[in-house]
Amino acid sequence: MKNRAEVIVIGGGSTGTSIAYHLAKLGVDVVLVEKGYLGSGSTFRCATGIRQQFTDEANIKLMRYNVERWKKLSEELEYDVNFKQTGYLFLATTEEEVEAFKENIKLHNKFGVPTRLITPEEAKEIVPPLNADEFLAGQWNPTDGKANPFKTVFAFARKAKELGAEIYEYTEVTGIIVENKEIKGVKTNRGTIKADVVVNAANAWAPILNEMAGLDREFIPIKPFKHQLVKTEPLKEGQIEPLVCPPAWNDSYVLQDGEDGGVLCGTGLEYGPTYDMTPTYEFLREVLKWATRIIPALKYAHIIRQWAGFYAKTPDSNPAIGKINYIDGFYIAAGFSGHGFMMAPGVGEAMAELIVKGKSHVPLDWEWYDPHRFERGELRSTAFQIG
Amino acid sequence: MSEEKKIIICRCNDVTLEEIEALIDQGITDIETIKRLLRIGMGPCQGRTCLPMVISIIARKTGKSPDEIKLPATRIPVRPVPAGVLVGEIDEE
Repeated sequence: MKNRAEVIVIGGGSTGTSIAYHLAKLGVDVVLVEKGYLGSGSTFRCATGIRQQFTDEANIKLMRYNVERWKKLSEELEYDVNFKQTGYLFLATTEEEVEAFKENIKLHNKFGVPTRLITPEEAKEIVPPLNADEFLAGQWNPTDGKANPFKTVFAFARKAKELGAEIYEYTEVTGIIVENKEIKGVKTNRGTIKADVVVNAANAWAPILNEMAGLDREFIPIKPFKHQLVKTEPLKEGQIEPLVCPPAWNDSYVLQDGEDGGVLCGTGLEYGPTYDMTPTYEFLREVLKWATRIIPALKYAHIIRQWAGFYAKTPDSNPAIGKINYIDGFYIAAGFSGHGFMMAPGVGEAMAELIVKGKSHVPLDWEWYDPHRFERGELRSTAFQIG
Repeated sequence: MSEEKKIIICRCNDVTLEEIEALIDQGITDIETIKRLLRIGMGPCQGRTCLPMVISIIARKTGKSPDEIKLPATRIPVRPVPAGVLVGEIDEE
C-alpha cells in the first residue's frame, strides 16, 4: 500500500470511483479507500434508475448534463455499463396530480428535458401490461433511463487504475489527520496514507468521517434510512422497460432490470435512521400490494430476491457537494438521498475539476448543494424522491 | 479442454466455467465482484447450485483454501414465491 498520495477519496461507491477516475484523468495521484468491496455501501443496492424529472432547476440541470455523460460513458470507459434510455413514466390518479404534472412538464421543458403529458392509452402502448384504467394521465420522459450499477463502478475503478489510481478495498478509515486546520492524511486499518486533500464520498457513513476530522457530526446532518427492493424472476424484456411510478400510491414503482428482465419493485416504506440492513416482511407485503396493482399480471411472477440499502438523506434530500471551509483540503460529496448513482458521472467530474482547478464547467449549482447550508439553517426545496 | 470450458456453472444465468476462469485470470478473484459481473447466485436458485462450485474454482485457481472464501449474503425468499401468494390473491401453486 502507498503511504503518500495527492488526493485520498474515502468511499468506493459510484460517487467515489467516479471522483477517483476523473482525478486520475486530470493527472492527479489519487488513492481510493473502501471499507468493504467496491459498491458495497449503497450503489449495488440501488434500483438502477437515471432520471431528469426533478422539480427544481438545480437537479434538473445536473441530471440533464448527467444523461449526456451516461450516453457516452461505455465508450469513454471502454466497458459496457448497459445504459438504456427507456424512460420514466409517472402516473396520475387525481385531477390535482394532472395539474401538478403540467407544471412539472413546463419546468422540465424550460431546461431542455422533453417530458410530455400522455393519455392512459399511450401509457399502455409504452408499458403493455399496465393497469391503465386506474390512471388519468402520464408524465413521460423517454430520455430518462437505467444502467448497471455493478458494471458502472467496476468500469470507473478499472479505468481509474489504468490511469494510475490506486484502489484499496477492505481498507477502513480509522482516523483523519488534521493539523492546524489542514488535511494531512488518513489512518486506516492497513496503515497511514499522507495527502493534502481528502474527499469524503462515504454517503451514509459520511458524518462518521466528518467527526473523525474534528467536525460536529450534525454539521452536515446525513441520516441513513433503510429502503428495500424486491425482484422477480427474469421475464421477457420489453414489457415494463421504463420506471413506472404513480406517486400517490406511496411512491411505489416497478421497472425491468436492464440485465435480465427481472422486475424491480420499490415503495415508499422506509425505516430509520438506522444502519440495519435486514429486509422486512412488512415491506415485502406492502411493495407487492402496490406492484400488483400497477401491473396485475405480476401476481403470477415469482419473487426471487429482496434486499435493503440506504437513502443517505439530508434534511432537504439534496446532497452536500463541495469544499468544507473549516479544514483546508477537505471536500465532501455525500448525502445523495437516493440519487447518488444517477448523478455519479457529472458529480465525479465536477469534484475533480473543483479540486484541481478550483472551478468546474459542469452545470452543478455549488450554492444549491453547499455543505455549509445546514448550519446556516438554509434548506432547499426538497428534491423529488420516490420509493 | 475447450468442450470442458463450455460447462455451465450457473444454470439460472447460463454462466460457463470459461467465463469465470477468464475473470479470475484478469485478477478478479473476489467472489462478490465475480457474482455481480456474471450474475452468479442471483437467479431463482439463489446460488444453491453454483456457489459451491464457484468457490472451488476460485480456490483451485488462486491457491486459497475454500474456507477462506466468504459466501455472499443469502437473500430471502429462500425459494421463489409467486407475488400473488404474498399478497393473498392466489393460492400456492
